[in-house]
Amino acid sequence: MFKKILIANRGEIAVRVLRACHEMGIAAVVVYSDVDRASLHVRKADEAYPIGAAAASESYLNIPKILDVAARSGADAIHPGYGFLSENAKFAQACADAGVKFIGPTAAAMEAMGSKTRARQAMEKAGVPFVPGTSRGVESFAEAESAAAKIGYPVMLKAAAGGGGKGMRLVHAPDQLKSSLEAARSEADRSFGDSEVYIEKAIVNPRHIEMQILADEHGNTVYLGERECSLQRRHQKVLEEAPSPIVDPDMRRRMGEVAVRVAQAANYTNAGTVEFLVDQQKNFYFLEMNTRLQVEHPVTELITGLDLVHLQIRIAAGERLRFTQSDVSIRGHAIECRIYAEDPDNNYFPSPGKITLLLAPSGPGIRRDSGMYEGWTVPIDYDPLLAKLIGYGTDRDQAIARLTRALSEYFVGGIKTNISLFRRILRDADFRAAKLDTGFLDRMLKRTEDTPLDSRKSEVAVIAAGIFAALGSPSSGMANGVSSGDSGTTEATPSKWKATSRREALR
Amino acid sequence: MLYEVTIDGKNYRLDLSRADGRWSCRLDGRAVEVEAILARPDVLSLRIGNLAYEVKSERVANDLHLWVGSTRFAVEVRDPRSLRGRSRTADHQGPKKITAPMPGKVVRLLLREGDSVEAGAGVAVVEAMKMQNEIKSPKKGTVQKILVSEGTPVNAGDVLAIVE
Repeated sequence: MFKKILIANRGEIAVRVLRACHEMGIAAVVVYSDVDRASLHVRKADEAYPIGAAAASESYLNIPKILDVAARSGADAIHPGYGFLSENAKFAQACADAGVKFIGPTAAAMEAMGSKTRARQAMEKAGVPFVPGTSRGVESFAEAESAAAKIGYPVMLKAAAGGGGKGMRLVHAPDQLKSSLEAARSEADRSFGDSEVYIEKAIVNPRHIEMQILADEHGNTVYLGERECSLQRRHQKVLEEAPSPIVDPDMRRRMGEVAVRVAQAANYTNAGTVEFLVDQQKNFYFLEMNTRLQVEHPVTELITGLDLVHLQIRIAAGERLRFTQSDVSIRGHAIECRIYAEDPDNNYFPSPGKITLLLAPSGPGIRRDSGMYEGWTVPIDYDPLLAKLIGYGTDRDQAIARLTRALSEYFVGGIKTNISLFRRILRDADFRAAKLDTGFLDRMLKRTEDTPLDSRKSEVAVIAAGIFAALGSPSSGMANGVSSGDSGTTEATPSKWKATSRREALR
Repeated sequence: MLYEVTIDGKNYRLDLSRADGRWSCRLDGRAVEVEAILARPDVLSLRIGNLAYEVKSERVANDLHLWVGSTRFAVEVRDPRSLRGRSRTADHQGPKKITAPMPGKVVRLLLREGDSVEAGAGVAVVEAMKMQNEIKSPKKGTVQKILVSEGTPVNAGDVLAIVE
């Protein structure tokens, strides 16, 4: 087993991996950029090394700097987390060349899955079901036109190197094809340095369901059940759950077996996720494979009782899986909310800043994977994910009830978060009926919700406002009888003398 | 102590006093039975009669928010005896400051000093966490002063420009 692991990431996932290291008696080395000295992962680490400026290219994406820290610290393995270098085949290869174990698949397996068109060609050979479309990038408009006509409109244009919705265009009719193709090409070129675009049949209002797999380095591959990830905004996942409400044991077995075939076709090792689109008739189609630990891995952990990060580390250390497919069983239901620093009143725009107050939920069936703490300033430079709140119950209704209860206890003061969005999702009738698809969230957000003014609560707020002001509470800004307009300099310790003398004087 | 409190455009007059650790409270002249414990800074455990509430207080940019359970109220508290409090209420006329709603970096200025501006028109673009946000003018007028330049890092509440 490894003695020391370098975690090449930040935020909640760095803390998540660090905890697994400590649980396994392994020392955790972290790296941090100039703006992350005060981050939680540095506070909890055994060793911490600064690696440069805030810009990711200068720090968390800088391969030579990270390998240098691995050498200096004597780490024998590197966990990349998700994002940053986690799906970078060059990094995986550079680790191998430097004699440090990369906790993830090999560079060759990553490359096989990295290009969507190449993955598609490999998967066709393995007999994996696909959304009808071209397996290769289209060369010309004429080729695109005939391919789209053969597939049938609506069609989706997609960047071969794509991800995160970049270089994607939905085309409803032939007259939109030319301009959409040009737009998708130039966006793909700008985002990925590769203008290759292919065409697929557009599945209207699909579900997005993914299958977790795990493969050791001795030829054993298992699937650990699916996750329903249909709740998305701007092609980014917002809430995930496991199991999917529409997947029955037979469908799970069929999807799982396809996922295992996909992994085996690429000689895949370690943890990975095979994504599927599912249409309204429950036909499922291979979409892509994510060659990393996913943000939403906790929901799978809760329903299988397995710790995916522990297993990743054991597999990378050369251990065999200690269980087989028939040992994997699913129990209960789990739902994850991604808590982002973003402003619901301003189109969910990122909202970094200082966390002045943090009240965190706990209690039965609640797991919280967080990278924040009270007093920490969320930097402006990175993804706004602060924490993940996961609810677990014997069934979906209980998981929803527990999560709703926990959200009512969760309070992040001083910055804006999307916590209120989850309250709304969880009480939505369609969500409760599990009528989910990738258009769900956009439709829900278009409906304006009438929240009747609660006059009793208003009066409570009025009275509380006065008491806060009289007591000189930090954020009231009334400690000295003046309303502080400057957020950065709010006094942490109001003067009790002044508050008292005011009270005496006014009596 | 006398406070004027504004919530959702409605004004309340709150008269609070405390003796021997007990509050006595009149809201718009009506006596209310109140008992309160400051559980920690910015968190108040409140009993009104026998109904219990937890109220959280936070300041985001220049706004004071109170949360009663999961309901947020934007609150303005004024001490009618304080001169400063009075001057804040007269903020609606005259030059208007345009502030950054979040920390970030000014990536683009859309207007120059002396330009005329419509209410709701963009004045500057601030980038945070890889997203760009257009900061709009709250009123029609003339750009009197621009206090930042392209590339300037800003904090929440920093003044970007003044519209006259």
